[in-house]
Amino acid sequence: MLRYIVKRIVQMIPILFMISIISFIIIQLPPGSYLNTLIAQMRATGDEVDMEMIEALRIRYSLDKPMHIQYFNWMKGIITRGDFGFSFEWNRPVSHLIWERLGLSVAVSVSAMLFSWIIAFPIAIYSAVRKHTLGDYFFTFVGFLGLSTPNFMLALILMFISSKYFGFTVGGLFSPEYMMAPWSWARFVDMLTHIWIPMIVVGTAGTAGLIRVLRNNLLDELGKPYVVAARSKGISTVRLVFKYPVRLALIPFISTVGWQLPNMVSGEAVTATVLSLPTAGPLMLAALRSQDMYLAGSFLLLLALLTMIGTLISDLLLVLVDPRIRYE
Amino acid sequence: MARKKIPAPAADTAEALSTTEEKIFYASQWRLMWWKFRKHKVAVIAGFVIALMYLGAIFAPFIAPYGPTHRDRGNIYVPPQKIRFWDENGFSLRPFIHPLKVTTDWETFQKVYTEDTSRRIYIRFFVRGKSNDDQYKLFGLFKSNIHLFGVDEGYIHLFGTDDLGRDVFSRVMYGGQISMSIGLAGVFLSLILGLILGGISGYYGGVVDNIIQRLIEVIRSFPQIPLWMALSAAIPPDISPKLVYFGITIILSFIGWTALGRQIRSKVLALKNEDFIVAARLAGTSEPKIILTHLIPSFMSHVIASLTLSIPSMILAETSLSFLGIGLRAPVVSWGVMLQQAQNVHTISMAPWLLIPGVFVIIYVLAFNFLGDGLRDAADPYGN
Repeated sequence: MLRYIVKRIVQMIPILFMISIISFIIIQLPPGSYLNTLIAQMRATGDEVDMEMIEALRIRYSLDKPMHIQYFNWMKGIITRGDFGFSFEWNRPVSHLIWERLGLSVAVSVSAMLFSWIIAFPIAIYSAVRKHTLGDYFFTFVGFLGLSTPNFMLALILMFISSKYFGFTVGGLFSPEYMMAPWSWARFVDMLTHIWIPMIVVGTAGTAGLIRVLRNNLLDELGKPYVVAARSKGISTVRLVFKYPVRLALIPFISTVGWQLPNMVSGEAVTATVLSLPTAGPLMLAALRSQDMYLAGSFLLLLALLTMIGTLISDLLLVLVDPRIRYE
Repeated sequence: MARKKIPAPAADTAEALSTTEEKIFYASQWRLMWWKFRKHKVAVIAGFVIALMYLGAIFAPFIAPYGPTHRDRGNIYVPPQKIRFWDENGFSLRPFIHPLKVTTDWETFQKVYTEDTSRRIYIRFFVRGKSNDDQYKLFGLFKSNIHLFGVDEGYIHLFGTDDLGRDVFSRVMYGGQISMSIGLAGVFLSLILGLILGGISGYYGGVVDNIIQRLIEVIRSFPQIPLWMALSAAIPPDISPKLVYFGITIILSFIGWTALGRQIRSKVLALKNEDFIVAARLAGTSEPKIILTHLIPSFMSHVIASLTLSIPSMILAETSLSFLGIGLRAPVVSWGVMLQQAQNVHTISMAPWLLIPGVFVIIYVLAFNFLGDGLRDAADPYGN
């Protein structure tokens, strides 16, 4: 098992390397750099552009060096010191800005995933056991509807309903008094009272896919001879379904974590902007707009890393749960 | 490939076959697929809905009573008007609307529109547009100013108006042209990339295969929307709307091809050692000819099914990006661009009809999901 884990991690390294290069190239793609934005801003506000200061900034952030040197410096900082570069816009090191936001992104994504599991599990079992009934079609339709609704649209509709019919506004992850407060138990509880809206919005999109996977697996399993034999012996449906078929059908559930997590992170990025959540998405969007490249690039890099870790965890869980899979 | 799965009727039993059986034995692969698809009622309905929507998009300038930039000055945030056949004065075969009375609520300083039920404005068909903004060229060729319906006095706003007094119904029609074509364009580009790269990967194998597979793995480990966001931020803000459209299409297919490439690779891998391919090779058929006449037709049905299923994610991406303000931008009209106006609770509670373009997105995506589902089942007509 340990060998397998080490092997998987070693395999990740070249891909991580490629990801870091792509992240770096992408943040270099926009024409001009943050300094151009800065100059344009200063001109717009009527300030005199101090070319000496611009030049000094250019040298300080080694923007005058060739690309590969810039990339090398960036990587060196990350690996040796955990230093992701400097955010021009915020005038602070990137590492001061990202961690809490990434943490909250993970919290929202993971809770959304759990939500979609909790919803999908009973529906899928019902749909498989009662296949081709009205209920089956109804749930399939609702699942597809969730899949087809853009996340931001669902967020807007929920916001609209809650403000119109329940008289409170939703948005953010914290009440104003906890917005800037340090972490405490009360702040955590406050977050729980806010997290459910993004959880529902992000989770709904993935539910249909999960229902499908579980329903199809269960249908395959229910047609097998051992189930037919058990049924002919008169075992009750509940026992029949839950004893083995459900357990077997659940295995691919775990393997879907790998592709579900990127979807959740993706959906979260858009939803967070609508609901103004203090997570990675909105800050990354702002950074992309102002060409604050180290901030944007670090987010891209870390979000990709997150999804890779998610895939790794799902693979390891799979090996743990299903003894038939060999460590290859 | 699957063609050989049909047991060829032996000569002596052929006469014993009933006519239906005979039909099945001699039906071509595509005919069998059509039969199987036809049984999938929901998918057939979805197909009709999609065809209808595209027809609507093609004839958008004709169906829309006003041009996309036509402003009904002074009438901002008009709520949707109901088409009526009936009022207190009785029934009328020609549909009509009631004109709106405008008053100002002096507490909120907002305009309040109420229907003046004492008067009727009849809807006329095949009317001429009133302003130059309503002129259009159908298919870019035929200049015209005739619209499917309209009114003689005042205005008709079936879906209300936006903050500039533009007709939401007309803009939804025009927006469909952009939104529904960008999905197709993105899918087409993904198909070409996927066919070339996936095909090479599967057919030649070896080092090339390895490189392409790693590339796919790397691209897929990025969460889609953040990657799309980063890429579309690279589109310069000052280029023409047409170029932005192309830029977005390329960005969409940059990720879109990977799933397709993988699928095509596995199909090619499975097929290339099948007897009929080997036979063709031994008979001296050239490589390009093998690929074009034997390989591609064999997995095309599967590819079409998965193409259909990948259109929804493309349009959802376009809508999301435009909504965030980094996709298509005004003056281009797309559903996503229109939804940008409905970005906060305040606007939505004042003018919920601004969310109507979103309803069209949902219908379109839903229909494609159902259609793709049916096509996927039909793609392998030899299964049970």
